[in-house]
Amino acid sequence: MNEPTTDRTSVQPQSTVMRRSGAVVRFAGDSGDGMQITGDQFTTSTALAGNDLATLPDYPAEIRAPAGTLYGVSGFQIRFGSSDVFTPGDSPDVLVAMNPAALRTNLRDLIPGGLLVVNTGAFTQANLDKAGYTSNPLEDGSLAGWNLVALDITKLTLTAVRTVALSTKEAGRCKNFWTLGLMLWVFSRTLDSSIEWIEARFKRRADFAQANILALRAGYAYGETTEFSHVRYEVPPAKVAPGLYRSISGNTALAYGLIAAAQVAGRKLVLGSYPITPATDILHELSKHKALGVVTLQAEDEIAAICSAIGASFGGAIGVTSTSGPGMALKTEALGLAVSTELPLVVLNVQRGGPSTGLPTKTEQADLLQAVHGRNGETPVCVLAASTPANCFEVAYEAVSIALTHMTPVIVLSDGYLANGAEPWRIPSTAELPPIARRELPPVEGFRAFERDPETLARHWVAPGTPGYEHRIGGLEKDATTGHISYDPVNHEKMIHLRAEKVARIARGLPPAKVCVGADQGRLLVVGWGSTYGSIHEAVRRCSQDGLSVSHLHLTHIHPFPPGLGALLQRFERILVPELNLGQLSQLLRSEFLVPTRNFNKVQGKPFHVEELVSAIRTELEN
Amino acid sequence: MSDLVPQSQLTRKDFVSNQDVRWCPGCGDYAILNTVQKFLPTLGIPKERIVWVSGIGCSSRFPYYLETYGFHTIHGRAPAIATGLRAANPELSLWLVTGDGDGLSIGGNHLLHCLRRNVDLRILMFNNRIYGLTKGQYSPTSEQGKITKSSPQGTADHPVDPATFALGCGGTFVARSIDVAAAHLTSVLERAAAHRGTAFVEIFQNCSVFNDGAFDSFTDKSLAAERQLHVQHGAPLRYGKNGELGVRLNPRILALEVIRPGQDGTTDADVLIHDETNQTIAHLLTHMPFAEFPVALGVLYAVERPTYDQGIAQQLETANGPRDLDQLLRGTSPWTVL
Repeated sequence: MNEPTTDRTSVQPQSTVMRRSGAVVRFAGDSGDGMQITGDQFTTSTALAGNDLATLPDYPAEIRAPAGTLYGVSGFQIRFGSSDVFTPGDSPDVLVAMNPAALRTNLRDLIPGGLLVVNTGAFTQANLDKAGYTSNPLEDGSLAGWNLVALDITKLTLTAVRTVALSTKEAGRCKNFWTLGLMLWVFSRTLDSSIEWIEARFKRRADFAQANILALRAGYAYGETTEFSHVRYEVPPAKVAPGLYRSISGNTALAYGLIAAAQVAGRKLVLGSYPITPATDILHELSKHKALGVVTLQAEDEIAAICSAIGASFGGAIGVTSTSGPGMALKTEALGLAVSTELPLVVLNVQRGGPSTGLPTKTEQADLLQAVHGRNGETPVCVLAASTPANCFEVAYEAVSIALTHMTPVIVLSDGYLANGAEPWRIPSTAELPPIARRELPPVEGFRAFERDPETLARHWVAPGTPGYEHRIGGLEKDATTGHISYDPVNHEKMIHLRAEKVARIARGLPPAKVCVGADQGRLLVVGWGSTYGSIHEAVRRCSQDGLSVSHLHLTHIHPFPPGLGALLQRFERILVPELNLGQLSQLLRSEFLVPTRNFNKVQGKPFHVEELVSAIRTELEN
Repeated sequence: MSDLVPQSQLTRKDFVSNQDVRWCPGCGDYAILNTVQKFLPTLGIPKERIVWVSGIGCSSRFPYYLETYGFHTIHGRAPAIATGLRAANPELSLWLVTGDGDGLSIGGNHLLHCLRRNVDLRILMFNNRIYGLTKGQYSPTSEQGKITKSSPQGTADHPVDPATFALGCGGTFVARSIDVAAAHLTSVLERAAAHRGTAFVEIFQNCSVFNDGAFDSFTDKSLAAERQLHVQHGAPLRYGKNGELGVRLNPRILALEVIRPGQDGTTDADVLIHDETNQTIAHLLTHMPFAEFPVALGVLYAVERPTYDQGIAQQLETANGPRDLDQLLRGTSPWTVL
């Protein structure tokens, strides 16, 4: 994390190597400029250098947006530091803009005085026009507020790779590695991991490998030998817990959490899914792991996706479906069937901006009430929310565990920000994973499909193929005792209560609500859920270090809430609930605990800036 | 399925559940249920390996009445649920019951994809050309112009033919039978049970309350011989009280024609021999304009094609990638913090 220290502000042109506690770097260019690769490689070398980090790619919704356009700009932001990093950062300290469109769409975020590296080779009249510049910003003085380094990266790259027989177009493609080389020099990194990656990536194209390595080295050397020598930084390693680490994105972590839980539970994992942004990578990731027994079905639609998962669960496998908002709406009816038949099921909703098609590639937290309440009838399901990319692993794992133990569908809420964001993750060993108990079957004699465990109220899960337990289930109301179809009014009410109570009892196994920053009583409690964890955490820490009486509570368990939550809320004078919606958790807290929560909302398809939250906290405490 | 139960061990009674059957008196579903309950013991498959899945509608109550595993799901989605069940357990004998509304209206999309994937399961579509459970609205198989509560002036909808639909979707087994034709239905069910892949069986089923007599024009005993064409692979397409009528292919216009062999210069040799592996013939048979032609019954089309389940199983066996969890979680470029 970047503490608010003086060295964070701007780039000073006097010293050779400056030690910084952290930095935020953004690479931005045209979709075809390879900025995601540059970002990924910069991330790898940063991780290997021992920094804590968080990353966030930002790419256009269009698959092949026309070159040079504003909506075709693709970006990748990384924040790294020598202490804990909780978010990919509000504003970059360094911006690399590969063309006029990238400059125009990203410049407003760059901190005053920040380092601005611009590829002048792309500043043609045509590109300036496409970006909507009436005058060339490189010449009109409009960039005076930043530390501008204007380089013809295109030309420098072509020169660097001229010894390799490539077309001009192919040679030009190496400019992302030239840029990477330069930035690796700026932050005192080595080239090793990038060279290794290039060699592996272009195993069958020695000429491409050679050219990219030449470009990479040339960028690095350019830093060493030119005017760049006045800006070089070193970010010392962070103090992180010892262990084996890797970088992981939210979507990958969700997929791994599911696989891990299936392995531990000794059940087959069956994903039914329909491609939808930003959840599709879960389908992609799980489809790679058939060697671990994972079955993935790309269904004909969202409804078939959840239905196939329900069918798999009926068959004794762990049925999972992954989707995003509009798909979630389509799955609603089938989710009711899973509730009525009391089958285990995991539904992953990687939220995006709504309503309707909305903002497919942007983030939002507006599906919370849908998850908790959005079905016909009294239809309770368990709802969990992941808070960081790495936390997606634990939450997916827990979702499977709850679904199996309590015989209930579990909705996991993630969002576009977590899905694509990445951070270092300490890799757990299989032995560390919590056990997932398998219940003994009851005696065959007198078996009833809706007989319940007295503690959890979960029914038995007996898959077809098990001799002697033949039974029928369905979406019609069932007799509480026999499990047969029943239209009896009193029985119906009893079943409604039983299903609600069963989900409520999940709370018995949850850790009590606990603040993660600050005292467990005081003037202000900031309550969040989901992907706002990093921003809220950092904002509350900053305010707390400034002596303000503020604490942070972050909820993973939304339905049911963890035990002790009501009492904890009562111990604070004020409760502030920042959300990327119009106040959905806030509404749940008010109705459940009768507490006067105060909302702080943003619905722009973007995460909170730490600064926004700091000022919201200050405002609360001042009034 | 290796350990089959000797057929003598199970009887009809073993497959009768303890639930009261709740269809209307005179409903064709009773006859189908009775035939199925008698048929299941002959399969020699242990009860626990048999699963009946259904959607919503009168026909979809079917699983409740069979002492096997069963899943009464939601409207139209049974094929999708069965597909997932199949993926979870390829050892089961999977049966699906649907109706013309459930399967071809709300669930048409899932039926299409189930058929083209060739998921290993048997689909019995009870076609009564009406919505029964919602009390008498027209269905996607109701004849155009049909007057119902929701179409007081007659429907404007052109109907879909279930067997034609199944063929068009790439179905590998398409057959037709009649609710009360126990022996015929049993023979079709036997073929369906033996088929690997999606076996689609349309059963003309009388709704005695909302569409009584919908199929009388060819199921009535007095008309059956003249209006039903029972197809048999390798046998000539003949019908009539004494087999005096036949169907021949007119190759010039690629159409079927009804002939009386021996008359108008035709002979026995002109009668088309049924080839159930010929999709074009199957298509022509499902499509014969009624009254001018009889209704084709029996196994109209049956071919072998790799099943969806086989494809999945094969991929699980041959897949590359990490083979244990620790290897997966470590990934390709982990780093150690000391």
